[in-house]
Amino acid sequence: MTGLVRIGVDVGGTNTDAALLRGTDVLATVKTSTTADVTSGVEAAIRAVLAAGRLAGSEVGGVMIGTTHFLNALVEGQHLQRVGILRLCGRATRSLWPMVDWPEGLRALVDGGAALVGGGVNFDGSAIAPLDHAAIREACRGWKAAGIGAVAICAVFALVDPAMENAAAAIVAEEMPGVSISLSHRIGRTGLLQRESAAILNASLHRLGAQTIAAFRAAFAGLGLTCPLYLTQNDGTLMAADYAERFPVFTIASGPTNSMRGAAFLTGLKDAAVIDVGGTTTDVGLLVGGFPRSRSEGAMIAGVRTNFRVPDVFSFGLGGGSLIHSAARVGPESVGFRLPEKAICFGGDTLTATDIAVAAGLVDLGDKSRVAHLDATFVRAVLKQMKTSVETVLDQMKPGPEPIPAVLVGGGSVLIDGLLEGTSQSLRPKHFGSANAIGAAIAQVSGEVDSVVALEGRSREVALNGIIAEARLRAMEAGADEGSIQLAEVEETPLSYLPGNAIRISVKVVGELKA
Amino acid sequence: MKYWTLTEPDIDRIALGAGILGTGGGGNPYLGMLMVRAQLREGRTVRVIRPCDLAPDAFVLALGNIGAPTVGIEKMEEGDEGVRSLHALEQYTGRKVDAVIADEIGGSNGLAPMITAAKLGLPVVDADGMGRAFPEVQMTTFFIHGQASQPAVLADALGNVMIVTQATSPEMLEKLMRAGTVAMGCTAHMTTAPMSGDFIKRFGVPHTVSHAWTLGDTVINARAAKMDPVEALIARTGGSLLMRGKVSDVGRRIAAGFVRGSLTLTGLEAFQGRQMVIEIQNEYLIATEGDRVLAMVPDLICIVDSETGRPITTEEQRYGLRVSVIAIPAPALLRSDIALRSVGPRAFGYDFDFVPHLGAPMDAQPVAAYDA
Repeated sequence: MTGLVRIGVDVGGTNTDAALLRGTDVLATVKTSTTADVTSGVEAAIRAVLAAGRLAGSEVGGVMIGTTHFLNALVEGQHLQRVGILRLCGRATRSLWPMVDWPEGLRALVDGGAALVGGGVNFDGSAIAPLDHAAIREACRGWKAAGIGAVAICAVFALVDPAMENAAAAIVAEEMPGVSISLSHRIGRTGLLQRESAAILNASLHRLGAQTIAAFRAAFAGLGLTCPLYLTQNDGTLMAADYAERFPVFTIASGPTNSMRGAAFLTGLKDAAVIDVGGTTTDVGLLVGGFPRSRSEGAMIAGVRTNFRVPDVFSFGLGGGSLIHSAARVGPESVGFRLPEKAICFGGDTLTATDIAVAAGLVDLGDKSRVAHLDATFVRAVLKQMKTSVETVLDQMKPGPEPIPAVLVGGGSVLIDGLLEGTSQSLRPKHFGSANAIGAAIAQVSGEVDSVVALEGRSREVALNGIIAEARLRAMEAGADEGSIQLAEVEETPLSYLPGNAIRISVKVVGELKA
Repeated sequence: MKYWTLTEPDIDRIALGAGILGTGGGGNPYLGMLMVRAQLREGRTVRVIRPCDLAPDAFVLALGNIGAPTVGIEKMEEGDEGVRSLHALEQYTGRKVDAVIADEIGGSNGLAPMITAAKLGLPVVDADGMGRAFPEVQMTTFFIHGQASQPAVLADALGNVMIVTQATSPEMLEKLMRAGTVAMGCTAHMTTAPMSGDFIKRFGVPHTVSHAWTLGDTVINARAAKMDPVEALIARTGGSLLMRGKVSDVGRRIAAGFVRGSLTLTGLEAFQGRQMVIEIQNEYLIATEGDRVLAMVPDLICIVDSETGRPITTEEQRYGLRVSVIAIPAPALLRSDIALRSVGPRAFGYDFDFVPHLGAPMDAQPVAAYDA
């Protein structure tokens, strides 16, 4: 990425951050307010950062946006699409209908009717039942009549053999021209109900995905940008915009990831703990080989259990706006985005963590004299309390007892002073307040596959190579330059109570953006 | 006769308690909880009866799932496997089943009989054959006390049903069942030989559905009242708190299809400066501090999240988790000489005999809902 000019944008609940980079040089960073429509806030941030860096839109080689837009849509139940659900299962799995564990409100908005039809395979790839073409066509006619515009398809053990999901998708596309189709094997992991739910969530966001990308593209025209648009996804890598339209659900946990990737970039550390302190919450995560460690169990998204990989981040109520109570207790309540009017140092009447940091001389903000009356012992006790709360979480996240480096990022990280217990060093790099936008700007492209393979009759190497080849294809589809793709992660899990040396293999490859 | 008719909150409590009684193994009760809940939402009922209310000659059938947990979460039950097994057995024996019971209350199998019970309107007996979880079929108090090895039935989601009409030992039955399960795609529904009401009264571990409910209820209430769920569990179960600490090392591997290994915990708070090692064979089996054994199988070693009381399985363990180790004396039926031959430390390859470190077991009591 030598010399390539990129803009990274991170849309948070309160602020939209933007960073302008040339190669690895940070030229400018800005912070603007997040807007309800997201797009105008992004447009304003890009305009501001271009002005600060004195560059024209035409000089930019790529814009990378991280947004909580799709997560908010699910949490608020807004802009969602009704989804037809096709489960390929034969007689198996019928004891649990699709969406059985969804919150009732969200289910009512998204459920467009389910059809459980012949199909699916066993763990060894043998068919449970042949694919029932007629039943699929019949279901499609019903959905078409009901005006359903999105279909989620989930087959039993689609991760062992995705052929039936692909074949069913072809039939659906034929019966319902123009419909958007989400295939479970592209979205989730082993565990049918949770993978199916992830595919349904993705399908429900499809129209919003298309609209959002279109709005970003329209904004680009106004800014004179002619470069490609990317969205950052849960693992900190990029998706080309047309890919993001098909997989909006992959953006859902990208916020903490961008900060962690930014921290890695700003410090050059590949293995470290990252502590991102914002206005209301602190996220603690772990970098392994330069990428966030992912959570082994699935993610709960808007009350729905799913099982795609999200970063393993522990969030708790500590930030610049945290309320300070008697006995030096901190938060978890926060004044949030009203910090500039509420905090004592800014002329307000609420004692916040920021006031403590100002009183202790850790940061120069507002009117220092307004907090001069705070008792020094009390200030020290609060600072210690905040530090201890971070240290406790940090210890739970660490892979082992050995000290590891820690990187502090985010505007609120000034609250934490000195070396954290259990760390070899505690760094706060330059541009720490914009680590999220910088993380978006420098993101790479990945491809992931998770599969169960029975090793009977073929070697582990052959099986593994097949899975790596599939992951490479996915990375290229997402916009990676083929020559730069490298293996980032291989996880092999032997399965208990299974014969024939069945193992679960998950593979991730990472590459640079194709110029 | 008194009945306990289960509600949705009851199902949540039993599932949580079954997870705690899983002592680290037994599979996750989440899907089973959803399946039973779905039955209630379709208008069916699950009624539980006390073992003392069984007629001496009642025909009671133990139901459960067998197979690889990873397959079970992907190729879930069709729902009528238990019904087909039960009908096949009724046809073979020429007798009607009067009630169903779990082989294993701990983990996912604790809820398994309730689905078939709801579909057929049969009662579920408030008892089981383990009072916890164990890795193998023959480790039930039923087999320990002479339950016949046949007839046993295996059924899958697609309609295949296999009856074992003769097995020369419980161990051979276990082998046959595993082989059948593999042919059925590594997940199946199993019933063992029917038992009489009198046999269940004598050899079933009593009131374990109630026990699971009580554990779950204790944790849920403590959470709601912002109280310490671990303290609440200790007070309600007569168990001992062996350790409150964090996981400082996990050594785990899969050998011959089973999870084996050990877990090291470092003490926090009142346990500062102490260290405990827990031996794992699918379940948590032995807790030691230095040279001293503090608790051993078949006594229950339950590990829960210190803050939430959520049970933590052996697969979930990783460095840094804040956990509490609660040891509960095994029910008397598991501590007898004859039972210890099958489920004592020597049955798991340890070179020592069972010592009841935890004192006498507290008998599980039926829930108050029976009187309602």
